[in-house]
Amino acid sequence: MMYTPEVMDHFTNPRNVGEIKDYSGTGTVGNAKCGDIMKMDIKVEKGVIVDVKFKTFGCGAAIATSSKATEMVMGKTIDEALTITNKMVMDALGGLPAVKIHCSVLAEEALHEAIKDYKRRLDAGEISD
Amino acid sequence: MNRIYMDNAATTKVTPPVLEAMLPYFTEFYGNPSSIHGFGRDARKALDRAREQVAKALGAQPQEIYFTGCGTESDNWAIRGGAYAQKPKGKHLITSAIEHHAVLHTMAQLEVEGFEVTYLPVDADGLVHPEDLEKAFRPDTTLVSIMMANNEIGTIQPIAELARIAKAHGALFHTDAVQAIGSVPIDVKALNVDMLSLSGHKFHAPKGVGALYLKKGVKINQLMHGGAQERKQRPGTENIASIVGMGVAIERAAATVDRRNAYLIPLRDRLIQGILQNIPEVRLNGHATKRLPNNANVSIRYIEGESLLLSLDLVGIAASSGSACTSGSLDPSHVLLAIGLPHEIAHGSLRFSLSEDNTMEEVEYVIAELTKIVERLRAMSPLFANA
Repeated sequence: MMYTPEVMDHFTNPRNVGEIKDYSGTGTVGNAKCGDIMKMDIKVEKGVIVDVKFKTFGCGAAIATSSKATEMVMGKTIDEALTITNKMVMDALGGLPAVKIHCSVLAEEALHEAIKDYKRRLDAGEISD
Repeated sequence: MNRIYMDNAATTKVTPPVLEAMLPYFTEFYGNPSSIHGFGRDARKALDRAREQVAKALGAQPQEIYFTGCGTESDNWAIRGGAYAQKPKGKHLITSAIEHHAVLHTMAQLEVEGFEVTYLPVDADGLVHPEDLEKAFRPDTTLVSIMMANNEIGTIQPIAELARIAKAHGALFHTDAVQAIGSVPIDVKALNVDMLSLSGHKFHAPKGVGALYLKKGVKINQLMHGGAQERKQRPGTENIASIVGMGVAIERAAATVDRRNAYLIPLRDRLIQGILQNIPEVRLNGHATKRLPNNANVSIRYIEGESLLLSLDLVGIAASSGSACTSGSLDPSHVLLAIGLPHEIAHGSLRFSLSEDNTMEEVEYVIAELTKIVERLRAMSPLFANA
């Protein structure tokens, strides 16, 4: 099995690793039983994602797609971010081995969970835009 | 970058004396051993000699050794052939939960074909308990297959005792000794096994050659049908060069087993001790002492195995993992689950398997690099943050 140079680059030098203390939304998906967990925090100002951080327990593909996804949503509006799919993340990495495609779904799911959390907190008045 | 190979349970390198012994059989002595002419007779002589070498290493008679294409074929032949030959007597078979897939999937297929199989549990160290085997017997039990040493966690089973129980119940006993050859001194007569499978590439012979020890007088069905090779039991023109290589390799392995183990055990123990000492929340998998002299298997919490392997590979270290991500399935190793590890800990497993080529310097390098890698990956893990 071979990973592309882009995947190895994001695996060895992952972008935006960590957590945002005063996040606007956070999402955790996957489970340890399956060997993949991804947590994504977003900071939103005026409808724009101004910061994003992730932490991932998982294989090389899971770490690389997390990293790439954070790079792709940084600076995007919430609506723009919602159009990003796991396929777009995968393509941006030059593809993944067939057995690894399911790992890339987590990044999209974690982002969507974080945005859902942001909207819920906004609606509940816990945060302001 | 210096590359360090610590994946000898996956496969080993062909050593120069083995390769040298093989080479003339490609271009010079290339005859078919079934032919009557001089070319054929040369090949026949080499085949007989290799059979004697394998027999001697196992404490067997040459006519009890049958060459096969690999360990998987030997396992399939022993179990399928034994089960079908004994079918008039019964349809119940016994194995363990931690066998290699060559055994487990053969058993599963036999279940599809109407046989019934009991999968014995193992304890937290990976040992099969003789009393569990005793209890599993039914009047219609015909065959037991238990591996000599586990390929993942290295635990060595009490084969002589297990075989004795099987014999007392009149069942055939097969052992998959693929990982044990070269690490554990073997005498098939003392062990009293009926069948034993081995694979050349695990002890410095090439890939694509194996053997089955079949005790004189034990009849099993053929797996394949064709020519009269291997005393009409295993058809197909013999892979002479590889068989010659395997003969030399097993002779060397058996002659040097004590010296090799005396070299490997301190390396293995330093590797295990160094990892356990340097890295918090790590556990050793497999038995502390009843284990292969070259096997170190640990589970590192909060990290997934494939990312460990990739990181090790980047610093030149070749190892292996029982994580799902390295097997192409969603479940981690059945062996690690059978010894009671939860999925999330099984996913973070790492196996180092040494050879005589490894040195204490390499072991120290691996400990140091692994410590750094674990720190980096744990800093990235959402599970570690919650710990």
